[in-house]
Amino acid sequence: MQAKRRRSLAATCALLPTWLAAIFVYIGTMVWSVRLSFTDSTIFPSSNYVGFAQYTRLFKNSRWLASLENVLIFGALYVAGCLALGFVLAAALDRKVRFESMFRTIFLYPYAMSFVVTGLIWQWMLNPTLGIQATVRAFGWQGFVFDWIVNRDMAIYTVVFAGVWQGAGLVMVIALSGMRGIGEEQWKAAQIDGIPIWRIYLSIILPQLGPALAASGMLLSMGVIKTYDLIVAQTGGGPGYSTEVPAKFIMDNLFERQNLGLASAGATVLVLSVIIAVAPFRYALAMRARRRGAR
Amino acid sequence: MAALHARGPKPSRLTAGQIGLYAFLILSALFFLLPLYTMLVTSLKTMEEIRQGRIFAWPSPVTFDAWKTAWSGACMGTQCLGVRIGFWNSVKITVPAVAISVFIGAINGYALSFWRPRGSGLLFGLLMAGGLIPYQIFLYPLVRLLANLSLYNSVAGVVLVHVIFGLPLVTLLFRNYFVAIPEELCKAARVDGAGFWRIFVEIMLPMSVPMVVVASIFQFTGIWNDFLIGLVFAGRDNLPMTVQLNNIVNTTMGERAYNVNMAATILTAVVPLAIYFFSGRWFLRGVAAGAVKG
Repeated sequence: MQAKRRRSLAATCALLPTWLAAIFVYIGTMVWSVRLSFTDSTIFPSSNYVGFAQYTRLFKNSRWLASLENVLIFGALYVAGCLALGFVLAAALDRKVRFESMFRTIFLYPYAMSFVVTGLIWQWMLNPTLGIQATVRAFGWQGFVFDWIVNRDMAIYTVVFAGVWQGAGLVMVIALSGMRGIGEEQWKAAQIDGIPIWRIYLSIILPQLGPALAASGMLLSMGVIKTYDLIVAQTGGGPGYSTEVPAKFIMDNLFERQNLGLASAGATVLVLSVIIAVAPFRYALAMRARRRGAR
Repeated sequence: MAALHARGPKPSRLTAGQIGLYAFLILSALFFLLPLYTMLVTSLKTMEEIRQGRIFAWPSPVTFDAWKTAWSGACMGTQCLGVRIGFWNSVKITVPAVAISVFIGAINGYALSFWRPRGSGLLFGLLMAGGLIPYQIFLYPLVRLLANLSLYNSVAGVVLVHVIFGLPLVTLLFRNYFVAIPEELCKAARVDGAGFWRIFVEIMLPMSVPMVVVASIFQFTGIWNDFLIGLVFAGRDNLPMTVQLNNIVNTTMGERAYNVNMAATILTAVVPLAIYFFSGRWFLRGVAAGAVKG
């Protein structure tokens, strides 16, 4: 009896640092931040509670609203782009091509690099005076215009390019491993019926990869909300606020503009949106697990 | 290996479909390689050549001056010491952060799957939820917390933050790994009189070497590529390479030395790229394991 207690004590002690981190850092700091969002804190935290005033201020702030719109555009196109390109690349590699591993290596390598590096590479390629635009003009097409990165209406799409370039390889890897797990019989059956290959991928393979693709879409979406370094490195949020994102808005207000209360309100909104986005997904998974268990 | 010889029709001779397939793959490969190629040729050019605006042209003459400048002379503000400063800072941050977080992750996974002390389910749930929350909500209080502990603006502080934010993933990786190991193994060792730590050190740790490798690769690339935590917690003297690189490129006064910038960018990317190329399948397993998290 005594020996048993000692053993479980050792296990409890081993988990102690993690308990401390979970309670003080994960829960403690989050509660602290949420409380700050209800105060009028500027440079230093204040205990002067102002209710939802910071939230009202936040949603009257044109820069915050622009950042929300941008992250929605970026997020939708980035996730859709990575999923579509990743799936198509995986399907192409699944066709028993030569040099498959070389192609795989090429498609995935950007994923190993940081968003800062990704942002800087694309900033350089898209530079209108020296980059792609200048090169095409030097070939003789003088009227060629590709100045999206300095164009308020188009700059956000250049960030999508960079993001898809970085992330499509991940989806390809996940989709390809899913395709490799699909049995030979289905292929034979479909081919006896004379279904064209692209239809097989679209109508037979794609639905079966649904869960795997949903998981990677989820993973990419989580990344979207955190998007910060890519923007900082590639456009710095500009021109104007045209590529501003919530994560950057919060960082600027925390550390440069000394708007602690406003930044905390922004961070709280971000956390709430994650919860709203993740909860149905988790619920669906739990329901499915339960149904499977009942069967 | 059997999976490699799987379904699909046998490739016949060249058909239109085959040509289209390879054309698509080659075009895609060009799209993915173009940025790397552009960086490389830009870093080998002189500024005069860059000003002519032929971004894809092969450099003539090829010069490595930009690389030398990037490594030891590129300026961040008024300080012109090159990215080697950031490189060594990143090493100082990444190596201990990876070692500590993987070690704690292994202990957590082991304790959570074989011992399950009271409340461990709750702890695991908290960690998984914490792993999904955007960092921004933790940052300010954490800065204050570290300042009170005199760890703010220090390498130790950044390492601590990386370890804390790495906990959810490494714990998940090791828990999933240990859960697949038969519990009888642990029980038998217990009957033989081995305690919590002895079973861990003598049985579980040696068995989990593959997961240690995967988790280390995953954590190493993640921490090396981090920007936010280094920016907030490291302080001026300990900025990791990513932050220093961004400062060099995006805060330069006057004409930008694009060749130096691109050389510095490659130098920053080279460590994770090397891990990617040399660890191959292990990196893939890390990516796959990380993707499971979602």
